[in-house]
Amino acid sequence: MKLGYYPGCSLLGSSREYGESFCAIAPRLGLELQEVPDWNCCGASAAHNLNRELSLALPARVLGLAERAGFAEVVAPCSACYSRLAVANHELQDETLRRRISEIAEVEYRGTVRIVNVLEVLARFASDSLARKVVEPFKHRVACYYGCYLVRPPKITKFDRPEDPQSMDELMKVIGAEPIDWAFKTECCGAGFSVSRTDLVAKLSGKILNDAVRRGAEAIIVACPMCQVNLDLRRDAITGYLGREHTIPVLYISQAIGLALGVDEQSLGLHRHIVPVALSQNTTAEPVPVEPVSSGREDA
Amino acid sequence: MSRIGVFVCHCGENIAGTVDCAEVARASGELPGVVVSMDYKYMCSDPGQGLIKQAIKEKRLTGVVVAACSPRMHEPTFRRACAEAGLNPFLCEMANLREHCSWVHEKGETTTQKAIDLVRVIVEKVKRNQPLYPIKVPVTKTALVLGGGVAGIQAALDIANAGHKVVLVEREPSIGGHMAQLSETFPTLDCSQCILTPRMVEAAQHPNITLYTYSELESLEGFIGNFKARIRKKARSVDEKLCNGCGVCTQKCPTRKIPSEFNAALGMRTAIYVPFPQAVPNKPVIDREHCTFFTKGKCRICEKFCQAKAIRFDQQDEIIEIPVGAVVAATGYDIKHTDFFPEYGYGKYKDVIDGLQFERLASASGPTLGAMKRPSDGKEPETVVFIACAGSRDPAKGIEYCSKICCMYTAKHAMLYKHKVHHGKAYVFYMDIRAGGKMYEEFVRRAIEEDGVNYVRGRVSRIYEEDGKLVVKGADTLLGARPIEIKADMVVLATAVVASPGAEHLAQKIKVGYDRYCFLSESHPKLRPVETNTAGIMVAGACQAPKDIPESVAQASAAAAKVCGLFAQDELSREPVVAVVNRCAPPVYSTCVGCFLCEQACPYQAIEREEIKTRDGRLIKTVAKVNAGVCQGCGTCVALCRSKSIDLQGFTNEQVYAELLAL
Repeated sequence: MKLGYYPGCSLLGSSREYGESFCAIAPRLGLELQEVPDWNCCGASAAHNLNRELSLALPARVLGLAERAGFAEVVAPCSACYSRLAVANHELQDETLRRRISEIAEVEYRGTVRIVNVLEVLARFASDSLARKVVEPFKHRVACYYGCYLVRPPKITKFDRPEDPQSMDELMKVIGAEPIDWAFKTECCGAGFSVSRTDLVAKLSGKILNDAVRRGAEAIIVACPMCQVNLDLRRDAITGYLGREHTIPVLYISQAIGLALGVDEQSLGLHRHIVPVALSQNTTAEPVPVEPVSSGREDA
Repeated sequence: MSRIGVFVCHCGENIAGTVDCAEVARASGELPGVVVSMDYKYMCSDPGQGLIKQAIKEKRLTGVVVAACSPRMHEPTFRRACAEAGLNPFLCEMANLREHCSWVHEKGETTTQKAIDLVRVIVEKVKRNQPLYPIKVPVTKTALVLGGGVAGIQAALDIANAGHKVVLVEREPSIGGHMAQLSETFPTLDCSQCILTPRMVEAAQHPNITLYTYSELESLEGFIGNFKARIRKKARSVDEKLCNGCGVCTQKCPTRKIPSEFNAALGMRTAIYVPFPQAVPNKPVIDREHCTFFTKGKCRICEKFCQAKAIRFDQQDEIIEIPVGAVVAATGYDIKHTDFFPEYGYGKYKDVIDGLQFERLASASGPTLGAMKRPSDGKEPETVVFIACAGSRDPAKGIEYCSKICCMYTAKHAMLYKHKVHHGKAYVFYMDIRAGGKMYEEFVRRAIEEDGVNYVRGRVSRIYEEDGKLVVKGADTLLGARPIEIKADMVVLATAVVASPGAEHLAQKIKVGYDRYCFLSESHPKLRPVETNTAGIMVAGACQAPKDIPESVAQASAAAAKVCGLFAQDELSREPVVAVVNRCAPPVYSTCVGCFLCEQACPYQAIEREEIKTRDGRLIKTVAKVNAGVCQGCGTCVALCRSKSIDLQGFTNEQVYAELLAL
């Protein structure tokens, strides 16, 4: 199965291991990834706050190039890229707007490409090739953390249940993991403040981390570079906020699947994590007693 | 030679805003056969009708075209006016300049031109109209009331008290509906059962009411005044005549763990059961899905203990056919259950309950006998959060309407909780408080001011469990959208009111319209609120839209009044828009060749076979004949007839072709 591939900046920079691990597992599942030729920035974080036309023209150029290259579907592993491309694609279904934006982007787009996220792509292989190719079952209790972008806004993403998504949990079950039932699957990690208000990131991500640990998770599984960076890279600030240290690692779904498929750790980029990925061998640990964070009416 | 009058209505600005009505009238006047044409601001008003009547008399009109709105509302109005002026009402037709033209086009010359075209088409039709005479049909003075909730009971009692027979059908084993489940009612806090149960008994004992519980409508055929209802009386597995309601069977039944529907799954019931002690009739039913005898083939304990020998394991469903003249649909509502809300735990938290479950908790006849005990561990909840608009007014949830009753019952719930747990804390998250109604606003103020319920304006984004508490995350939008978290012991969701399960199926069965939410459609939202577009079928209560008890009862009485009005007549007249098979002189008799394709095509079984015989009884030919009482005028037979022997009165082939050729 051939699929257009849009790595975006994250997968080449701060989240290289996401790109590496996804590219490592793809051929094993029978998935051929072809990079969208001459792709550009999706415009996330800045463009849509400043200039609507720019925020559409940037993804429109990518969509147009993908269309020209003959891709019916393009996978964007980064959630922010996925969101920008999917939202723009949705808005560009309006023909007048599409013509105008195509002119600005200097690439014609006819609106035929579909943007998919990693979970959507992997789910297609879940019951068949993935299940068959697991060599080392990932026998760990995991907290599947989806973040905000993958399932929202539901009108545009049309993917999974927006309040309590299941697709990642299902994939984890296929590779032998035990997903925990928890309430923070789609809570905000604070990515919007990851530069300007790191104290808020520590608070929001800290609550997520704490709940996962409290409910006995051994690893948090994510499908978004911002979530991973906030939960992994900001661990010191989180420790400061919580007043206690958690050593739970934060893995990309492609890394967890890679481990189950027997891919070596180096190819999956596990050495790039800040919090070491040290998982006990095939055991299911008992939940550790941990104090909750929230208390009463939150006025502070 | 035709003498047609054309009357162009402005409909205020509805038509005149985009169509040049004076120009339409002028152009119509030049059409061949038109002898008079004029325009007027409101043709349906008294002076407007006066213009038509005057023209009929003065110009000796042979046909009238009213160019105005859709015929749905005002065709009867104008036909009546024509009849009053001595013209056969079926010589009057309407050209729809509003829905078909002015409302859907911009102002301009082409719009006016289209209006003129529409008038020309109808003028050509009217030239070929024949005088028709209404069909007289008798009225069966028995009403069928579907649903034995408060609306159905009220309608049945009103009709019965007016001296007419009523058949009351309820699908559950007892009448009473949701109202029987309620604890107290707003805004008076009088006990729901205390006011309802006497009505239930009255309905059951009324000499004019025949009650069929545990029964459902199987089919409804016929038309106003002459319906034929088939009712499926589901097998109770108990002989109702022998059973004396002693209740020993329900005490002895070993299958005791079935969630009780009446207690909203907060309590359990047995496989042979009476829904609640005050049920009417107080006769048990065997739930065959759960009964050990029906699932595993042995047990029969109830049979052994029944003194009256009333258990009938071999009882079959019974189909009862009843002729009725009118139908009142009062099939009620349901509420969304907590599993509809992923953000509130998908129904997995036992202490997140819905409004009906809270009613059962607060009710003296409920599983806790009215004591405030939360479902998970039976502890008294110290902090309770009530969430209004759970699902309602939420396009993302697919329910855009306001459920109407939640603001009031949430205030009532919070109040009842505070009355039972004085030191407890009650929070209500709300969007707006909609308390329109007599003494309603005062009731909500009382909850806030006298009972100290904390009203927080904001939505709850998530509920999750932590250390035995339910963490309710929300925002207080009156305090700068500040996020708040409340650790609650119990959460009550005022979940959206939705159509009763099977409402869509029922609507199709009785051929009544319904909206996208499966609420049954009234004929006109303001002027015909209890009738439906199917003559002889009324709606009452929450099957039409979410409504509270006073409104349901008012609508039920209104529906009953409509039924009584219908039953006040001995004969009804029906529009003669029916199919007719032609007849001609011997030796042809009819061009019908007797293929009877029409018989197969007719959805109403209106085609009969008529034998044409000589005087000495020799059969000449068998031809089709339309039963005018049954025919609904759909025209399917006309389209199918190979020898063009059938025509639809009022819409003959000649008329329709004339319309097309005039375009």
